[in-house]
Amino acid sequence: MAGFLDKMILGRKEVRATIEGKMLITGFIIVMVLTFLAIFAPYIVPHDPYKAVAKPYIPPFTDLSHPLGSNFLGYDVLSRVIWGTRNSLMVAALAVVIASIGIPLGLISGYVGGIVDRVLSLLMDSLYAFPGIVLAVAISFMLGPGLFNVALAIAVIYIPTYFRVVRAQTLSVRENLYVEAAKAIGASSLTIIRSYVAPNVLLVAIPVLSLNFADAILTEAGLSFLGVGLPPTEPDWGVDISGSRGDVTRGIWWTTMFPGLMIFLATLGFMLISEGLNALLNPKSRMRQ
Amino acid sequence: MPVMVFILLTIVFLILRVLPGNPVEVILGPKATPEIKEALMKQWGLDKPWYIQYIDFISRMLRGDFGLSYYWKLPINTLIWPRFFATVELAILSMIVAIILGLTLGSLGALKRNTILDHVSRFFGVAAYAIPVFWLGLILQLVFGVYLHLFPTSGRISTIIEYRIKTITGLYLIDTLLQGDIEAFLDVLSHMALPSLALGFIISGVINRMTRQNLSEVLQQDFIVAAKARGLPEKLIFFRYALKNALIPIITIAGMQFALLMAGAVLTESTFSYPGLGTFLMESIYYRDYNAIQAAVVVYAIVVVIVNTIVDIIYAYIDPRIRY
Repeated sequence: MAGFLDKMILGRKEVRATIEGKMLITGFIIVMVLTFLAIFAPYIVPHDPYKAVAKPYIPPFTDLSHPLGSNFLGYDVLSRVIWGTRNSLMVAALAVVIASIGIPLGLISGYVGGIVDRVLSLLMDSLYAFPGIVLAVAISFMLGPGLFNVALAIAVIYIPTYFRVVRAQTLSVRENLYVEAAKAIGASSLTIIRSYVAPNVLLVAIPVLSLNFADAILTEAGLSFLGVGLPPTEPDWGVDISGSRGDVTRGIWWTTMFPGLMIFLATLGFMLISEGLNALLNPKSRMRQ
Repeated sequence: MPVMVFILLTIVFLILRVLPGNPVEVILGPKATPEIKEALMKQWGLDKPWYIQYIDFISRMLRGDFGLSYYWKLPINTLIWPRFFATVELAILSMIVAIILGLTLGSLGALKRNTILDHVSRFFGVAAYAIPVFWLGLILQLVFGVYLHLFPTSGRISTIIEYRIKTITGLYLIDTLLQGDIEAFLDVLSHMALPSLALGFIISGVINRMTRQNLSEVLQQDFIVAAKARGLPEKLIFFRYALKNALIPIITIAGMQFALLMAGAVLTESTFSYPGLGTFLMESIYYRDYNAIQAAVVVYAIVVVIVNTIVDIIYAYIDPRIRY
């Protein structure tokens, strides 16, 4: 994936010069930095994010050992924010992987057509129309707290996104002459989907994948904020904002500001990648911009 | 439309009944004795086969029979509808904020293409969506509520004022006006200012993008060039020729953002302790009030179907080429 990106897109000077190229590169850098933070969090954090390590409510930028201050329990905000990257990206990645079951569903639905297509489309359209977080709240409530359950709840509401995009693309790829030729020489449906349709369809799923990542991060934070996401002791951006709600009315801003900025940054990073890729992979939409 | 209601109800049934975690255990907790569990199962008809439960569930939901709230010991219908109208009011106000913000910024972007203004507008389109609405809500509370003391940071109306307002439509802004109570009207408006600003801001990003894209396309059309050639005033060209044509897809997109609006409303209501459907759902979850949770999810489903139908009708109305 990274090699492909480099050769096809980032490596080209003319691409780097466009505004889409700049968006893509910016997004890429943000995501790389966050991934680095997530992986190496145990070595980077200055303090244990699960323990009270300071006096409560130290303001940020005043104490060198607690650069972003501390929260109402005396937890180090910087350490929690860094460790939160780990939880947030992990849930989002898991959710995206589970949700990508929508890709084969869309392929089958689009290629086979008929009653299968109608039933699946109706089901997916209904799911798509539903306010995602309500569904996720209900699922998450029934399954109970925990990293995997949250990821599952988020995944369910994003399956239709893949399904719709992949199905639409399959419908147009299906009409190509080479698919007809494959049929004529007697290739089975499975072979045609795997070797002729899928490779031409999957390219459009990549920007969706990235957009989904952004959505999953936002939804995870939302669920945790509402109290049906990760357990309240976990260092997580949503959990931390939820825990420091009361601080705001007392004028204490740093306990909500920093986790929120991280959610924004992470979401923005993945959205920029999606925007850039979308424009570069579909030259038609680029001309419209 | 009836098919969609049916499918959504089925999805709700599947989530609440088929997923691991049965309603009786959810309510009673792990400590309940098997006898109590069994009695409750029987009382609720949960001992019957799943298809009987399914038919029973669908028919009760379609009749609007949501049952009793386990926590409040009241019919859910008396609890849920005031909350529903509160959410409708918040949604309408947020949509107005979103349309004003989104149309203005998007139009500026389309008119001044590839200038700094355009880049700001484009970045805003992406960034607005990436901001978590509950975080934005808290920041607004901090700045406008705590530092500047301009607006209240929670609730829908001051308690003292709520007593003298009679409920007519359930939308407080309209009710207060109908009763000629300007003080109450302003009180409601000031309570709704921050929540609708937060939610409207998030939604405006999408509208901004759509406006910019569609308006840019329309502005390149021949009839615009022709109008310019005839020397018509810029303002007239923009409002009568360009914006009018660009609005069709924008309205559809705005309608399609409804699910996003409702999802955002759950978080916004929770941030501002606004007594709407979203906070009703979250309170019910907190009390493990199973019937109430079910009712809230079903009401969301029905609202979505109704709004989608309305959007389709509006769409066909403004674009005569579309016929169903």
